[in-house]
Order: sequence, then C-alpha cells, then structure tokens
Amino acid sequence: MSLIRDVPPIDVGYRSSVLRAGPFVVSLRRRSLVVATVFVAVVLTLGVVALGLGTYPLAPDAVVRTLLGGGTELDRIVVFDWRLARTLAAIVLGGFLGIAGAVFQTVTRNPLASPDILGLSNGAFTGMLLTVVLFSASWPLVTAGGVAGGLVTAVVIWALAHRGGTQGFRLIVIGIGVAAMLSSANTWMLLEVELDTAMFASAWGAGTLNGVAGAPLAGAVACGVPLVAVLVVLAPRLRQLDLGDDVATATGARPGLVRALSLLVAVGLVSVSTAVIGPVAFIALAAPQIARRVAGTPYIPLTVSALVGACLLLVSDLVAQHVLPVALPAGVVTVSVGGLYLVVTIIQEIRRRA
Amino acid sequence: MPEPTPPTTPPAPTAPSEGVSRLRADAVTLGYDDRPVIEGLTAAIPDGSFTVIIGPNACGKSTLLRGLSRLLKPGAGQVVLDGTEIRSLPAKDVARRLGLLPQSAIAPDGITVADLVARGRYPHQGLLRQWSTVDEQAVADALDATGTRGLAPRRVDELSGGQRQRVWVAMVLAQQTDLLLLDEPTTFLDIAHQVELMELFAHLNRTGRTIVAVLHDLNHAARYADHIIAMRDGRIVASGAPSEVVTSSRVEEVFDLPNIVIEDPVTGGPLVVPRGAPVTATSGARP
Repeated sequence: MSLIRDVPPIDVGYRSSVLRAGPFVVSLRRRSLVVATVFVAVVLTLGVVALGLGTYPLAPDAVVRTLLGGGTELDRIVVFDWRLARTLAAIVLGGFLGIAGAVFQTVTRNPLASPDILGLSNGAFTGMLLTVVLFSASWPLVTAGGVAGGLVTAVVIWALAHRGGTQGFRLIVIGIGVAAMLSSANTWMLLEVELDTAMFASAWGAGTLNGVAGAPLAGAVACGVPLVAVLVVLAPRLRQLDLGDDVATATGARPGLVRALSLLVAVGLVSVSTAVIGPVAFIALAAPQIARRVAGTPYIPLTVSALVGACLLLVSDLVAQHVLPVALPAGVVTVSVGGLYLVVTIIQEIRRRA
Repeated sequence: MPEPTPPTTPPAPTAPSEGVSRLRADAVTLGYDDRPVIEGLTAAIPDGSFTVIIGPNACGKSTLLRGLSRLLKPGAGQVVLDGTEIRSLPAKDVARRLGLLPQSAIAPDGITVADLVARGRYPHQGLLRQWSTVDEQAVADALDATGTRGLAPRRVDELSGGQRQRVWVAMVLAQQTDLLLLDEPTTFLDIAHQVELMELFAHLNRTGRTIVAVLHDLNHAARYADHIIAMRDGRIVASGAPSEVVTSSRVEEVFDLPNIVIEDPVTGGPLVVPRGAPVTATSGARP
C-alpha cells in the first residue's frame, strides 16, 4: 500500500506533455512534438507537389481529390500508376535511412558513423549486383542479395574494427576504406556485365528513384516495418546507453545486446532501402544531426530523424527531376550536398578532438 | 582468503549486525582479459552498513565493486544478492534492488538535471508505461534528498563538479534501491564538496540504505564508515569497524606508508597522519 501524495511539479527545463493511449503512457517533449508535426505537414505537402509534377501536371487540389478517390480516369492513372510508388518510396525509404543513420550515430556516439559512410549501402549494392550477375534480376532475389550484402559488409567491418570498439575513429577510417573498395568492386562488376544490365545498374548505382515499382517497394516496406517495430522496443534502452555502458548495465539495460540488435536492425533498414533505390548517400548521415538540432534534444530523436530523412529524399528527388536542367538520379543530388556536409562535419570533428 | 577479524573488541554500538548480508561475494575471481585481479575472494556487505573499501591503487577495490554490481562477470565463484546468484536474476530486477554510481557515467550533451535523474527510473518502467506519477515522485524525492531540486531545469554541463556529482547521486537514488554502490564518488572534488557528499551518504545510510563506497581518502573512510574492507594485491587484508582496521600497523601493511594514528579531535575515531614515505632514489649524501 502506498501513500498517495500530491506530486510537486518538477521544473524539467523544457515543456513536456504526458501522452496517454490506453495502457501506453509516455512523457514527450513539447518541442519534439511540434517539430514532428511540422515535418509531417511538410512531407505531406511535398508529397502532393511531387504527385502533381511531371509531363502531365496536376494542380495540388486535383492530386488531393484523386488521392481521396475522386478525379478523372486519367488523373487516377497518373497519380496511382505513374507517380505514387516513387513518392511513397522517397517518403518511406528516406525515413528508413534517417532511422538507420540515427541508430548508427547513437550507438557509435559519432556523427560521422552513418551506414553510407561506413560502406553498408555499397555492400548492399554489391550483393545486389552479384545477384543480378549470378542469378537473376527478379526483385525478391535482388532484395535478398542486398540484405545479405549489407550484413556481410557489417560483419567484415566489425571484424576489422572491433578491437578499437564501436566508438573510435578506427571504425570510421576502416568503414571509409571498405566503402571505397566496395565502390570500385561495384564499378568493375558493371564494366564486366552485359551492356543492358550495366546501363540499368549504373544509373541505379548512384541511387535513384527512377523506375521504382510498387512490388519491390511493398517488399521493402514489409521487411522494414517489423524492423522499426523492434526499434520501438529498443529505443528506451538506447537512451540508457547514452549514459555510458556502466550506468546502462547498472540500471538494467544490456548494452552489448542492445547495441548488437539495434545495429542489426539498422543494417537491415539500409539494405532493404538500397535494394529498391540503390545506395543513396547523405540521407542517413545528415538527417539525424538535422533532427537533433531542430528538436533540441540531448539525444538523436528517432522519429524526427525518420521525418527529416523522408523530407530530404523527397526534396532531393524533386530537385533531381524537376529543378535541374537535365534530369539526374536523386543520388547525384544527395552526394553533392552530402559531400559538402561531410567536409564541414569532419572539420568540426577534428576541431572538437584537437 | 580473508583474514578473520579478531573477536577481541566488541563492535561499536552503531556497528551493523555481522552475518546478515543481502549482498556477498563467494570465492570470486574477477579480472580483465583473463588476467585475474582478484582470486577466490569472499566478502559480505553487512545489511544497513556504510561499508567503505580502501586500498592502494590497483589493489582490486573498484574491481570488487564492479563484480558486486554485476558489471564484471566472475571467472569463478559467484556474487549472491538476496540468496540468488546475481547474474541469474533479470537485469531490471537487480536494478530495482541495487544501485551503482560508476566512475564512467556520461551526461549526454545538453541534458537537464531533471531529465538525467529521471533516467534512474528506467528499471521501474515498462514498454507501455514509460512514465507515471510514481516516477515523478521518485525523481522529486531524489532531487530533494540531494538538495538539487533548484537545479532541476539546468543543463548538467553547466554545473560545477560538486553539483554534478550530487545530480548523479540523485539519479541513482531515483532507482529507489536499498543497496547503493559508489565507485570513488568524491574523486576530483575539492575538500568541501567531498565532505558535503560524505555527509549526504551518511544521511542516506542513517535513513535505511546500505552503502558500499570505494574511497581513496582513509580519513573519510575512518570517519564515515561503520565497516571497512582494506584490500591489497587483490586480497582482503582486514575488515571490520574503523577502530579495528584503521590502525598504524594495518595502514602501513596496506599502503606501505609509515604513519601514526591519532584520535580524531572531532569524532574521537582514528585519524591517520602520514609520516612521509621514504624516498628510495639516491638523494645525495647527508652528513
């Protein structure tokens, strides 16, 4: 039996709201809630814009009307058959990449340790190319090849870097080296295969949303959603890991297990995304840091990272398709912006360590 | 093997009852990378005691504390909490009974005091119920107990060393455990803040918690502890009440430090005054 007292309010230093949904009770930061809501609105708006743009343009109200079940026959074909898969892919897979980057950066405590820098997307792509060359180009096989490639790369990097722990500079250097090696292996494979396959795969190799079909996207979502569900369980444990392994263990979290499981989930998310849109750089690297700065949290917020990732990929694809004078793969846009971002981050990191 | 405490002097009135121990180590071997620091050590933490583990650097005192708090897996032997081998208990279950303040605690950039203290509630939270009024009350109590309520909205990285250490103690208190393990909690603090923290631990001990602390300062140990475990080279050299353990010969045996022990003018307990260690290097001829 416990005495029920009036809890004196504690000033926690920020505004928070307690969210209740049945037995689910969680205290959320007001600023994170506002930021998340704004990003949802931005993603929806950009999505409607993306669905309207193209050789057969549709006004935003026509897009919304069509999505809600109205519109002309042609409008429905344009929205659902031509453009919806591509737009959904940008939103969902951008979200997956944002989450994967957030997990990697949280676990390694390093803003540079994202799956694209460490070569995991390249590894997934290597797996996909090998599948195309050795077996067939059917999407379930290619997706499986991508996941296998990502996992094998993760194991190789871990084997080379584990002596330095997951939180050292060694991991980044080894990752960048592995990424470079895989990238050249990918180029070599593209040179060796038949011309048709090479043409198709090299556009893909930069990371592109051109020609995203519904079925592979549905496959990626079916694989990715359970992985995200696992992360929902792991998220409070990751927050304890922020306090150091000893405090995490002392408060009842298991750091080794939590780290291994969450990295595995992140590798899975990167691999299924890469299987559909190729190795898109920069999203996983930048989204978590942007999310953290905008939300002002002492940790990398997973949900906001997902929303920022969706936003970034959607914008990159819009720019690549409609803003540039020549239509380019979205990956080219993210690589250009990402290269600049990477240089700035490395300079900051070196200054911080000096 | 631990040396049995001589049964000559009766324990002081404040001394805890020997023999009743929720937490003990049974013939544990502890170490890193297969190099044992401690071999076959047996120790019991008397319930309700303020136990302090002392000893020179690398004697294994922090290693023992890490073993007792299941941060380190024994190579042999076992640590027993409430009659059960500690590693066979669920992690959160242990965390609801035993709290630890390690040396390696990291405050995330920009976290506020209240937020950090609330992390101590983790073992009481589930997947669905991640926050409750019980949590809020526990955090408020922990802040009050450590005198940090006024700091609650401040960022931890803006605080002084003494304030920060109090906040970490509050985080462990929010765990609401009866057993509190502290690894060198006063290191890097100035003397005023050291005494302030020791007084806080003594108060927590008086209000019902068993405290185990690894300390460097012998005189703090002698003054605040009611049970001292003195270690050297991975063994327990002596354990018992301060008046039994903190003697001139024992201190010399443990630390190789010539000393005299006088009566503490404030408490009447033992107070160690070093004579100065002999310099072994050649320092020139003296007349």
